[in-house]
This record gives sequence, C-alpha cells and structure tokens, in this order.
Amino acid sequence: MNDYLNRVARQFNDIAPDVDFWTLRLTSETHEAVSVRQGVMQPVYNHHAFGAMLTVVIGDGAGYAATSDLSPSGLKRAAELACDWAKQSSKLGLLKAHDYPRPNAKARYETPVKQSWHDMPLDEKITLLQDANTALKISDSIVDWSAYLGYGRDEILFVSSAGAQIEQQFQYIQPSLSAVANKGAVTQFRSGGGYNASRQGGLEQLELLDFPNAAPALAEEAVALLSADDCPQGNMDLVLAPSQMVLQIHESIGHPLELDRILGDERNYAGTSFVSEDMFGNYRYGSDLLNVTYDPGHSEQLASYGYDDEGTMAQREYIIRNGILERPLGGATSQARADMSGVANARQAVWNRPPIDRMANLNVEPGDSTLTAIISGIEHGVYMETNRSWSIDDSRNKFQFGCELGRVIENGELKGLVRNPNYRGISATFWRNLAAVGNEDSFTVAGVNNCGKGEPNQSIYVGHASPVCHFQDVDVFGGAQ
Amino acid sequence: MMSTVMPTGMQDYFYSLSDKLFSRLEGEEQLLLGFSGEDSDFVRMNHNRIRQAGSVAQRSLSLDLISGKRHAQASIELSGEQARDMEQLDITLKKLREQRELLPEDPYLVFAEEINNTEYHHDNDTINSQEAVEQVVQAAGDMDLVGLFANGIQYAGFANSMGQRNWHSSANFNFDWSCYLSKDKAVKSNYAGFDWQPERLVEKLDSIRHQLSMLSRPSRTLEPGSYRAYLAPSAVDEIINMMSWGGFGLKSHRTKSTPLLQMVEQDRALDTSISLREHHARGLAPIFTGSGFIKPDHVQLIKDGRYQDCLISSRSAMEYDKVTNADYEYPGSLELAAGELNSTDILKELDTGLYINNLWYLNFSDRSACQMTGMTRFACFWVEQGEIQAPVNVMRFDDSIYSLFGTNLLGLTKEREMILDPSTYGQRSDHSIELPGVLVSALRLTL
Repeated sequence: MNDYLNRVARQFNDIAPDVDFWTLRLTSETHEAVSVRQGVMQPVYNHHAFGAMLTVVIGDGAGYAATSDLSPSGLKRAAELACDWAKQSSKLGLLKAHDYPRPNAKARYETPVKQSWHDMPLDEKITLLQDANTALKISDSIVDWSAYLGYGRDEILFVSSAGAQIEQQFQYIQPSLSAVANKGAVTQFRSGGGYNASRQGGLEQLELLDFPNAAPALAEEAVALLSADDCPQGNMDLVLAPSQMVLQIHESIGHPLELDRILGDERNYAGTSFVSEDMFGNYRYGSDLLNVTYDPGHSEQLASYGYDDEGTMAQREYIIRNGILERPLGGATSQARADMSGVANARQAVWNRPPIDRMANLNVEPGDSTLTAIISGIEHGVYMETNRSWSIDDSRNKFQFGCELGRVIENGELKGLVRNPNYRGISATFWRNLAAVGNEDSFTVAGVNNCGKGEPNQSIYVGHASPVCHFQDVDVFGGAQ
Repeated sequence: MMSTVMPTGMQDYFYSLSDKLFSRLEGEEQLLLGFSGEDSDFVRMNHNRIRQAGSVAQRSLSLDLISGKRHAQASIELSGEQARDMEQLDITLKKLREQRELLPEDPYLVFAEEINNTEYHHDNDTINSQEAVEQVVQAAGDMDLVGLFANGIQYAGFANSMGQRNWHSSANFNFDWSCYLSKDKAVKSNYAGFDWQPERLVEKLDSIRHQLSMLSRPSRTLEPGSYRAYLAPSAVDEIINMMSWGGFGLKSHRTKSTPLLQMVEQDRALDTSISLREHHARGLAPIFTGSGFIKPDHVQLIKDGRYQDCLISSRSAMEYDKVTNADYEYPGSLELAAGELNSTDILKELDTGLYINNLWYLNFSDRSACQMTGMTRFACFWVEQGEIQAPVNVMRFDDSIYSLFGTNLLGLTKEREMILDPSTYGQRSDHSIELPGVLVSALRLTL
C-alpha cells in the first residue's frame, strides 16, 4: 500500500479535530493512456493526483472538505472548513447524527492482476495500436479510425476516528477500437474491443475483450452498414446483446432503484424515480425470468471492491428476484434515512467529491436459454448490439435507446444488417415483457465509464454484466432517412 | 465562507513553479504549462435543508514537454506546498523525457510561438456561502427546494518557456435549483453571477410560487402527435447542446461525424433567422488556449441558416491546414441571434399549444440527420387561446433540427437569456450561452 498515504493518515491523527466523528479518505490516482488515430500517435496522457476528502460530524451536523494539500497544515485547514460546514449543517441540515455511519472496519482489497500494465513497454503498446489502426482502415469508406489503451491505478486509504483502516488498490484497463464509415450524407459508427467494457485487472484482460482482434470485423460492419436497409418499424420481438443490455440495465433498473433518488436528493439534476419506498418487497418489476444482483464478486468487473466509500463491506445481494423488487441501491446513510436494507454502494467518483449512492456492479443473472434457441423462437424481430444513444425521463420510465448495429430476425434466423436501430418503451412495463434470458454462454462482463450524477457532479465507473435477453412487443424503428 | 486552502498568490505560485520548471529544461526543450484550479463551496440542498455541504480546493498543472516534433504530456494535482510539488514535478519531467524518446514525431504538434501575455482578474468580491445559504432557506420558507449552491474562485493560467504568461481568475456563484409540488411536478430556476443580491433571489422564488400555483392544476396527458410549441431559452439550450456534440468541430466535419452532416454535404439550410456564433470575447472562459494561442473575438458557426465556420483546435489546425480559433472543438460561449417576437406576448403568439420550460436527456435518434429525441421536464404547460390551461405530464419528443430550426420555425424572441452553465464535472464549468426563446409550428411527440 502507498506508504505516503499511510504517513499522511498517521500525521492527521495528531492534528485531528475534536469532533464527534470524522473520516479521512486519502487517494492516489494514476492514469495513463496511449492512442493512435488514423495511424498517427496521439499525445501520451499521464495523470497523477493525491487528494483527501475529510468528513466531520459535530452534533447533528456534518460537513466535508476536499484538498490536494496533504501536509499537516493543509489538512488542518481542511478540518476547519469541514467543521464550519458541520456547524451550519447542524442548524439547517436535512440529516441527523444517527444517519451518518461510523465505520470501524480494518481491511484490505486489491484488484487481481495477472499481467501488469508495466510489463508491456510503451513502444510495444504503440505497435499494438498501430497494428490495430492498420486493421481498421480497410477501405476508402473508413473516414476515421482509432485505437485506445488506457490504464488506471487508484490507491485509497480510508480511516476514521472509530478506528477504521481500509486499504484498497484498484487497477483498470480501458481498451477500445472505433471505425467511422461514410458515404455522402450517411455516416455509420462501430465500436468495440473493450468499448464500454473496461475492466479491472491487467493486460490479460485485452484478449478477453477481443482487443485488438475485433478491429477488422468492426471496420467491415461499419462499411456494410452504409448500404444496409434502415431498421424496420413496428411492434416486434427484440433481442439485445450484452453490449446494449449494459445501458438497458443501467438506465431503467439501476437509476430508478438508487435510494438517494427515491429520497429526493437528485430531483434537481439526475431526477427522481417512478419507484417508491413502499414498492420494495412486493412490486413486480419484470417477468419471472428477471433476476438482478448487486454483485461485487466478479473481480474483473469495474465496480468490484471490498468496502464502499462510507466504509461498509460489500456483499452480493439480490435486488430483483424472479421479477419481484427486493431492495434498493442505497448505502449506509440512505439506509438509515429510509430505514431500509440496501447495499454497500456509497461511492466517490474522485477524491474531491463526497460519497453518494451509485450503482456499483448491477447484473442481470444468466438464465437457461442459448442464443440459438432464442433466435429460433422468433418469427419477426430485430437483434441489436452496442449502445450509441440513450435517453430516459427524469423518473426513469419513458426511454428511447439506439444501437450501432441491428440484424433482422426472420422465421427463427438472423438475417442481414440494418442501420440506425432504435427502440422505445416504458421501464415499468418493458421488463415484464422479458421472454427469455441467455445462459452463461452469452453472459458478458461490461460496464459504463461515465455514469453522471450528483450535485456537485460526479462521473463514475459502473459495472454491468448480462447475457443476451429477449423482449416481446417492443416499439422498434429506424432513422430519419 | 470561502475556502482558501492556499489563500493568496495563486498566480504568483503558478508563475514561480513555472520559472523553476523552465530552469530545468535541457537542450532545445520547450515546455508548455497549463494551470487550472478552484476554491469552491458546494452546498447540496433537499427539502429546503442542507443535504451535503463542503469545500473543495484543487489545483492541477498540465505539462507538455517538447523537443523538436516529439513531445509527451502529463497533468498532476498540486498540493500548494512548493517543495513537495517540485519533487513531484521533477519525477514527472524525468518520466516525460523517458517517454518522449520512445514516441514518434507528432505531425500535428503546434503551439503559440508569438508571445501574447494577458491577465484577467475578477476575484475580489467574494460571497459568504453560509450567509447566502441561510438566505435561501429563509426565503424559500416551506417550499420543497432541492439543488446546489456553488460559490468560489476559479483559476486558469498558461505559461511557456518562450516567456508567455496568461492568467484568468474569476469569483462567481451559481445557484441551480428547483421547487417541487409533488412527484415530478416542479419549477426549475437558476441564479448565477458575480454579485449575490438577496432581493434578486426573493424575486425568483416569488415567480416560482406563482408557477407552482399553476402546476397545482390537474395535469393533462398529451397523445403522441405534432404540436405547436414554445421552447423557452432553457429548453433551447438543451437542443443547442445536442447540436454541439460534434456539430461545430472541424475534426467532426472532416471525418463526417458531425450531426450537421446534411448542412455540410447536401447544403441543407436552417431558417434564415438562425445565426449562431461562438463569442469568445463575451464568455467566462479564459481567452487563451492550452497551447498558448489567443482566441479570436468570435467564430461565426451558422449565418442566416447556412453553415459557415468550424471551431478549430490547434491539433486540427495542423492536421487540416487551418488557423486555431478555439481551445477545444466544443463551444463554451455560444450566442443564438435574437428574433422579433416579444417575450411578454409569447403566450398570445403560441395561442394554442405546448409551453416548454425545460427539456431533458437529449440524444440522437439519427445522428447523420440531426434527428434528436428527449423529454419534457419541469414546468411545461398546455396553452389555449393564449392562456395557460394545465400542466402537461412528461412527454418524449423525436424531431429533426431541420424541422425545429428550419421548416417549422415561426420565430425567435427579441429578448435573450444568459445561461451560466451550472455543471461541475471535474470542476465548475466556465461555459455560458445566450439564447432567445423559439416558437415552432410543430414539435413531434412520440411517447
């Protein structure tokens, strides 16, 4: 673990404010990225930050201060600011002292890594990306193409006045490939090789994400989409690949079940929820086939961790079981406010933002259908993959999503490509039309790199894993042209 | 309260670090340095009480270490403690030198070589956040207020080893909130600027009370179909934001990724009343770029309905043999030209149709055709014969910019609203936009 962070924590103990309770979250963030676009090496990106988030509780109030000055004087100044806010919050605060968790756990967590980012020299990474560029540029119709490889390492030390000492180290791999094809006023995009599927771990994840091997197929699909028919229109069967299920889960299960939204915190920004507290334990969210878990157990998934940023231990829980809504996505503070059980999902996106309820890993559990069996049972429908457009109302109910690629399903067989595939629906009814859930063979770990929420705003990694899923009676349509 | 972990001399500190770093350069190396920081208070509110309150002090330094056509970049978070920062920066310089040796020449590397020093300070009149929040709670009374009060100083700087120095600091606030009646029925508002005036806040809250009384009427659910509609400036902002997703950058135009592709490839036009420009000189963002270029006064993006110029970053300028006119190829100080409709008469002009205060969560349903979808949000009303009849339940629209700002455009208001972007991803935004309201003969609702 980072010796510097431990030293800062020890120093803080000597100057810690005399308050009812405090937590200190120290972070060391290191990010690197290399990318090649159109065969041209782009500027290498290196980022490093140390930061501290100090939270204090005084009486019924709480306040925080975040600073990049980790010297004793810097932290002392931060403590003064946090105390000032706590005092004002005790007069005008929404929450009371008993709402704030007082963690005292001692624990360590570390991302398993088989092949370190540093095992591959920079020049080899560049060669890998250059080769991917060559594979993407298959014709004059490809007008833009690029390959990207990013890495992140976050070391986090969480301590509290109650004796907590939680050390966690996360490592992330973020590869992606993209191809843009154009003919006149028609442009089509294909992305893959880890796009929206970043993972924890090391370079061993690249092969699992088909990076860079997916490059030729992506380019060929982008070109083929230029001359493909537009997606058919009408109410029909819809099969979503895991690369689209990511967004479907995220927007129409994840966000509406965040407990802070249900409690109203997000109403000015990300929105409220069509779900209310009285619906947990009895509301039919989807068909019997729908099983959704909060699962920190897939170590390669983006939001796997041992403890959340309020110091609560993460453990797998069913959120929806056999279609019935069981528990919300709410961390310790929200659980105390609502007097409900939740999960360990109070998270900070970065060192200078306070923890709020996030999705972490939210997965649709595998069913028992093969993809072949699903397709063979459909007379008329569309298969869609790779999200490219997402829009949903502030209660997370009326949605419209679009994908990069579609394939017509006719009489139990996958047919040709269609472009601009879109569909719309209502969360409260869409999941009840879940007709089949793919088995382990199609179960894929992916996620979202940029889930935005919170005031002040926070953009965070979220993990979603899912098999292929089949929905009936969906309003499907194509583009404007 | 104003958080000042590093209380004074931010500009001096940046220049002092710069001088030390420049003294460490070797051979023909050049170094570009960018500084970005803020000392901000953030008070999150719910049910007219404080939900989370705190202060953030952050300052980031970006480095671009250049030798010939090879270069490597980094950014690090500064502590404000010079010895520790220089220790980190020395490590960073060493790493960049090592990386640079492994990198090919960058054909699109370009930076300002002509010295242009600038200074902008608007950071003297700081506002006491705690007092302001107390005023909010008192003025809102029993209203169900939720939102974010953000206040503080933002800093930006540039220095290069050829001697250029630029500085920009601004103290400002942005209070972005809504007041709820029930469920998703609410009125959204914003008060932002440099000089906090409690009486201005009270005026805005009084206006909200009036709108909430109209929201309390029984709601109407519209059937999918086309409706005459008025889009208030906040709603127009969402549409322009969507157009800005690649709409105005040179790279997106040359790679055919722009959602305005039909304007570029097929000479398709918007209504002649649509003129859109990036007015750098009016904006809140620094006038200098990360490569040391000074932005022009403005860039005319759309003129009389026709596409005109693009925003051009320094990399695109090199790649496509153009002149740099922006830091990023995304607008930050847009202006849509005013029209001739009187805002005070807008209900009469609308006559019968949909009055939309806010749109939400837009995205493309067909990017190449600039066809976009999104939701109505907050206080939207059904109007008949110039009179508000009922609040409208949220509806999804799906329509093309060529309809909304083209064939179905009836007019723009004379009065424009200046909107200071309340977003705080990474740091407080310095973007702003000035917009009129827009009256259209048809807006297509789908769900």
